[in-house]
Amino acid sequence: MSAESLILFFIVGAFLVGFAIVFSIFVAPTSTNPQKAEPYECGIPTEGLTWLQFNVGYYLFAIIFLIFDVEAVFIFPWAVVMKEMGMIAFVEIVIFFFVLGLGLLYAWKKGALKWE
Amino acid sequence: MTTQIIYKTLLATIILLLSLIVAMYSTLIERKMAGWFQDRHGPNRTGPWGLLQPLADGIKLFFKEEFMPASADKFLYILGPSLTMFIALLISAAIPWGPDLVINGAVYPLQVADVNIGILYIFAVLSIGVYGIMIGGWASNNKYALLGAVRASSQMISYELAMSLSIVTIVMMTGSLSMSEIVAQQQGFNWNIFYQPLGFLIFLICAFAETNRAPFDLPECETELVGGYHTEYSSMKLGFYLFAEYINMFISGAVMATLFLGGYHFPGLDKLGLSPNVFALVSFMVLFTKITFFGFIFMWVRWTLPRFRYDQLMKLGWKSLIPIAILNVVITGVVILLNL
Repeated sequence: MSAESLILFFIVGAFLVGFAIVFSIFVAPTSTNPQKAEPYECGIPTEGLTWLQFNVGYYLFAIIFLIFDVEAVFIFPWAVVMKEMGMIAFVEIVIFFFVLGLGLLYAWKKGALKWE
Repeated sequence: MTTQIIYKTLLATIILLLSLIVAMYSTLIERKMAGWFQDRHGPNRTGPWGLLQPLADGIKLFFKEEFMPASADKFLYILGPSLTMFIALLISAAIPWGPDLVINGAVYPLQVADVNIGILYIFAVLSIGVYGIMIGGWASNNKYALLGAVRASSQMISYELAMSLSIVTIVMMTGSLSMSEIVAQQQGFNWNIFYQPLGFLIFLICAFAETNRAPFDLPECETELVGGYHTEYSSMKLGFYLFAEYINMFISGAVMATLFLGGYHFPGLDKLGLSPNVFALVSFMVLFTKITFFGFIFMWVRWTLPRFRYDQLMKLGWKSLIPIAILNVVITGVVILLNL
């Protein structure tokens, strides 16, 4: 039942958003000219392409995030059964966190977490 | 079965409309509060105390010019704000808004979908929220918008980690990922915040970052990036981005109230002997009061603290919050083991 309710909720939500988008297309006035359709850059004509390379720092954070996010996926099922499993589960997660902490320490010492 | 489907559709519509109305009126309350903080009146011309201001703003947004830059990616340009709005609305499906209603002997839960993995659902939907901003900023073909979008995604993924790690402790204590079960275990005054003050603090800080609110509003940092990721947007599409921020604020307040402040529970309320439907209504009001409290904190912080620098933001997220959150998980594990 909960899956059907979720789908129902998705449909109602999508309907609301779609309605607002379509409604604003019909009621809003439009008038364009070439100057207006240029990208906004405080009045100066834009130079070169927008879709260029950007700072590699963002990319590094994304890679570290990916690793840690996968780890977080492992932690959640462990957290659910932690109370029943007791000591074994705890020791295992401490080992897990030790490895995870080493990874974080490595990234830290390598300067990947430093923003420049 | 049919009545259940009709009831669920009705409930979904009511919850969605409620979040929209709350978001609309949060804009007014925010401007009023900004006025008080800065020793001025705030909006007071549209209706008594400016009460019609959100309506006027909404109508104005609809009737503003629909505008799309010539070099933008047309499909993604429309998809960006729609996705942001849609995702912001979805999270409320997993939140238990109150105890069950009883009408003619049939039980109607005040929760759209009691998914047994409620927390995972909320995090999954939250993660998709990044895409709306990223797609919108990229599709605009504007350098400021792209910078804002890249900043937003980098910030949101960084704080998502600490956020999920701070929730792990709640899952450990409850032994369940279901939102309704987490609320049920906090009956009376048994609220999680008393057992997890550190987890609550981390979650609160991350909620500010995830909703892109000050002091973490770098994606739309006006002094550097013009308007950030929504520089090129106008009309209702801009309105979607702005509304989504307020809906996110409302919903994250609801999530925090549910996970840490006992949801719709209030000590002594269940001993008053109210009839089930009145009890459900009063409980919903209790939850709503808690959400309002969080809304007040969101606004208070926004009009008090200056914005972080980007390197400070990254340092706080990666070098403070994540190690503290991991430590919190270990400490909670030790305490649970000792109590066994």
